[in-house]
Amino acid sequence: MSKLWILMLEFMKTGLFSVGGGLATIPFLNEMGARYGWFTTDTLSTMIAVSESTPGPIGINMATYVGYTAAGPAGAILATLSIVAPSIVVICIIANYFQKFKNAKIVQMIFAGLKPAVVAFIAAACLNLFVSTLLHAEKDLTAGIASFFNWKCILLLAALLGVKKIFPKVHPIAFIAAAAAIGILFRF
Amino acid sequence: MKVLLQLYTAWFKMGLFTFGGGYAMLPMIQREVIEKHHWATEEEIMDYYAIGQCTPGIIAVNTATFVGYYQKGVLGGVLATLGVVSPSVLIIGLIASLISNFAELEIVQHALMGINVAVCMLMIQAIANLWKKSIKNIGAFCIFAAALLLSLFTGLSTVWLVILAGILGIILSKAGWLNHE
Repeated sequence: MSKLWILMLEFMKTGLFSVGGGLATIPFLNEMGARYGWFTTDTLSTMIAVSESTPGPIGINMATYVGYTAAGPAGAILATLSIVAPSIVVICIIANYFQKFKNAKIVQMIFAGLKPAVVAFIAAACLNLFVSTLLHAEKDLTAGIASFFNWKCILLLAALLGVKKIFPKVHPIAFIAAAAAIGILFRF
Repeated sequence: MKVLLQLYTAWFKMGLFTFGGGYAMLPMIQREVIEKHHWATEEEIMDYYAIGQCTPGIIAVNTATFVGYYQKGVLGGVLATLGVVSPSVLIIGLIASLISNFAELEIVQHALMGINVAVCMLMIQAIANLWKKSIKNIGAFCIFAAALLLSLFTGLSTVWLVILAGILGIILSKAGWLNHE
C-alpha cells in the first residue's frame, strides 16, 4: 500500500475514534509513529509544542504536521481532510436528527442539564490557562510569596480588562495582536 | 452562494486567530457567528459544544460543521469545516518546511505569553456572558458546580460528565429545580 493511502486510513480512524477534542488524538499519533516509523516520540513532542503555539485547533495542527512529516505537502492536506471527514458525516447526521427532536420535552430536559456543564468545562479549561499564565507554579515559596505571581502578565490582564470595559466593541483579534506585540516588546 | 463564501471566510478567520483548543475559540464565535452573522444563538452554540464533546473528532471542527449545516446543508458544513482547517494547513506547512525550531524561538515564546493573557481576558468576558444566560436557577448552579469540581479534580472523561449532566438535567427538570423551557 502506498504511504498516502495508509496515511488517509490512519487519520480517518483517528477522526472516527478520538472522542473529546484535539488532545484525544495524541495516543493515535503516537501509535502511528511507532508502527510506520514516520517520526519518533521526540519529534512528536516538538510537533505538539508547535501545534499549541500556532493558530488553529490543536488537533488539526497536529494532523497537518504529522501528515507533512510523513509525506510532505500532499500528506499535510490529506491527513487534515481525512481527520475531519468522519466528523463531518457524523455531525451532519446528528444535526439532522437534532433539528427534528430538539423540541421534544425529554431532549430539552437533557440539554437544560448539559448547558451548565459546558459552562463548567469552559471554566475549567480557563482556570488551567490562568494558572499557567498568571502564576509561576514551578517557583517554591521560599523565594517569597511575591515571586509566585507573574506580575507582568497580571498587569497586562488588568489593563486589557480595562480597555475592554471602556471599548466593548473592539474585536478579539485586535486584543490578540496587541498582546502579542506587547509580549515581544516587554519580553514576557 | 454568498452565504457559502461567508461560511468559509468567517471560519477561516476564526481558525486563524484561535490559539489553543476548541473552547478558546468561544470569544471569536461569539463575535463572528452570533453577533455578526446571526448564524446561531449563544444557547445553540452551547448545545453544539455539548454534542461535539461526546461525538468523535475535534470540537472546533464539530461546531463549524453544525453551524454550516444549519445554514446551507451538507455543503455548508463542509465549507465551514474547510474554512476552519485551512489556516492550520498553510501555517503548519510553512513552519514544518522552514522553521522546525519554531516553538523554541524566543520571540515566539514572548508573543505567546502575551497572547495567552489576551485569551485569559477574552475568556473571562465569554464566561461572564454565558454565566448570565445559563446559570439562572439552583439546579443549573448545582450541575455547574459538580461538573467544574469533577473536571478539575478527577480524571473522569468529559464524555461521562456529559452523560451525567444529561441525566441530572432530566431529574432536576422533573423536580422543578431546572427551567427547561
